[in-house]
Amino acid sequence: MTLMSYRQALHDTLRSEMLRDENVFLIGEEIGVFEGSYKITAGLLEEFGEKRVRDTPIAEEGFTGAAIGAAMLGLRPVVEIMTINFSLLAIDQIVNHAAKIYGMFGGQAKVPMVIRTPGGGGQQLGATHSQNIELYYAFVPGLKVVAPSTPADAKALLIAAIRDDDPVIFLENLALYNTKGEVPNHDTPGVIGQAAVTREGHHLTLIGYSRMAHVAKKIADQLADHEGLDIEVIDLRSLRPLDRETIVESVKKTHAAVILEDDWLTYGIGAEVAASISDGAFDYLDAPVRRVAMAEVPMPYSKSLESAALPSENDVIQAIYQTLDAIGHRRIKTGPHD
Amino acid sequence: MTDRKRTPRKPTARTSRAKTAPVEVGSDAQGLLDFYREMLFIRRFEERAARGYTQALIGGYCHLNLGEEATVVGLMSALQPTDYLFTNYREHGYAIARGIDPRRIMAELYGRVDGVSKGWGGSMHMFDTAHRMLGGYGIVGGQIPLATGAALAIDYRSGDEVVMCTMGDGTTNIGAFHESLNIASLWHLPIVYVIINNRLGMGTSVERSSAEPELYKRGAAYQIESARVDGLDPVAVALAGKHAVEVARAGRPYLLEVVCERLRGHSVVDPAKYRSADEVASLKEHDPVHTLAARLVAEGIADEESLLTLDQEVLANVEEISAFAEASAFPEEQTLFDYNYATAVPNDSRRLPGQPLFVTTPTSGADQ
Repeated sequence: MTLMSYRQALHDTLRSEMLRDENVFLIGEEIGVFEGSYKITAGLLEEFGEKRVRDTPIAEEGFTGAAIGAAMLGLRPVVEIMTINFSLLAIDQIVNHAAKIYGMFGGQAKVPMVIRTPGGGGQQLGATHSQNIELYYAFVPGLKVVAPSTPADAKALLIAAIRDDDPVIFLENLALYNTKGEVPNHDTPGVIGQAAVTREGHHLTLIGYSRMAHVAKKIADQLADHEGLDIEVIDLRSLRPLDRETIVESVKKTHAAVILEDDWLTYGIGAEVAASISDGAFDYLDAPVRRVAMAEVPMPYSKSLESAALPSENDVIQAIYQTLDAIGHRRIKTGPHD
Repeated sequence: MTDRKRTPRKPTARTSRAKTAPVEVGSDAQGLLDFYREMLFIRRFEERAARGYTQALIGGYCHLNLGEEATVVGLMSALQPTDYLFTNYREHGYAIARGIDPRRIMAELYGRVDGVSKGWGGSMHMFDTAHRMLGGYGIVGGQIPLATGAALAIDYRSGDEVVMCTMGDGTTNIGAFHESLNIASLWHLPIVYVIINNRLGMGTSVERSSAEPELYKRGAAYQIESARVDGLDPVAVALAGKHAVEVARAGRPYLLEVVCERLRGHSVVDPAKYRSADEVASLKEHDPVHTLAARLVAEGIADEESLLTLDQEVLANVEEISAFAEASAFPEEQTLFDYNYATAVPNDSRRLPGQPLFVTTPTSGADQ
């Protein structure tokens, strides 16, 4: 194990996969000479050359589609779309082509490609640069969508995504790039389609993905230390396929769930998770399933409004206590319910 | 960034005979007769498809190559079997000329298991790996970035193949056209973009949709060599196509505009009321199949009687083809999830409509 940042884990994994398989190449805007908007690809142009680290014109539809076409002929492109907001320029190629080609032609052509792209607000980037629209892709059969929250999962799932024969949307997050964690030294691929129980507990299940899985773990640890609460945490890791079994098994044990998401509430990822709990653990629930999501506004620029729009740790803690209150628990410190 | 130059390519030897054989175009009587036979076959196939549609044996959309036959056979004669074709939803003729078994093309129209895409694609989504026809695409212009990427893959591996990417005249106005041609030129990709200009995007004329109606001129914006050719003359198309493919094989993209006709509506169900009687009369006069038949007779290559015999053979063949398609089975319902993913992963959702996510059993509630 090595302690490293999420950014470093991505960089090192791209490099090792490129060394392992010469069909793997990188394509995107500013990934070469500029070394990537978020420096994930720093140094790779120098090491691998222009053939394998390809700076593109500003043409998301064109270069994403070109990556799909190259994948159809057996290459393994890893596309970087600078932020998920810009993926909307390429959505026809992703949804109407990458996701369809394998099925629509009766299994004759595979599309082994990865689209890496960060979401995330909180950087004062305003309405068009702060969105979390992974739902658009998680909705579409034919795509796989992963959203790792730790450096170790970032490595394992990026290896899995690159070696997978289907198009994989690999969701990163601006707020995670500098977070650190222990990363295995071996190159074992992760499993796409499996959630992780990152903390065991029995009072309540806290569910998140990407940045919010990180937040969930942090809050659960805090509440354990200071409040004596024993909260189970699930990191979804994969949004399509969605590991409903792990979610439902946990809720059967804890009888309550709070779902955290950085996207908008209505129709968001959390809605699907809540519906899955309703289907699989209806008789086990002791309280309504709560969702903590972003306020439903275009993200404002001003720090005060941006902070108000984003789910805070306090918002999460409130939702946890309200849920526990609903099922008759009381804070340990306030004594027994009277 | 440095300007990367491609090594000049050598055409590879043909490894097998495609349905449309390369001809010494322009002078070869047998070549002309081969073109005619293929064009007539496409004509009769498409007419049979239209009938299959009215018989409700074919569903969805159905766009025909009627009037485009000379363009189809001319272009396809320019490709080697190892070259790749990406095209749009008006592609039955291209699949035929590429050498795919026409019974499998008709079976695809009928939505049967023997179809080229196993019944998953239909009229707009013909695909055959063996003949390197990498789709039929239903979204206007969707094929252009893909084809560009295929050319990128060829270049990546220093291969000798070429990609041909056909599209309609209306397609030149979408962003993917611009983005792709720009990329192909920047990266010296071996691709021929072909605009099939039948002068109508559905019912909208080129003049009403394109500020520069001479579409080949758009190549200049990307430093891509381009030309316009008469798409009613298979020999002219073949020559232009051959040149375009040579340029691409040497490592430069090419833009070819082929001006042809669309004899009927946009699709089978379009009565084309936006066309005047004069226009319809003119279309008949310039019908490429009839024009070539007249030329064959005038040049003594064939006589009326032999052409009539040929037509009867083709008609009988097309009937056999539709009988094959009709006899082919529909895909089984249990195959519905066979192509969810190429790499299986856990928790892939394989549920029919109405099936529960979890099998529920009656319970009195959970233990607290």
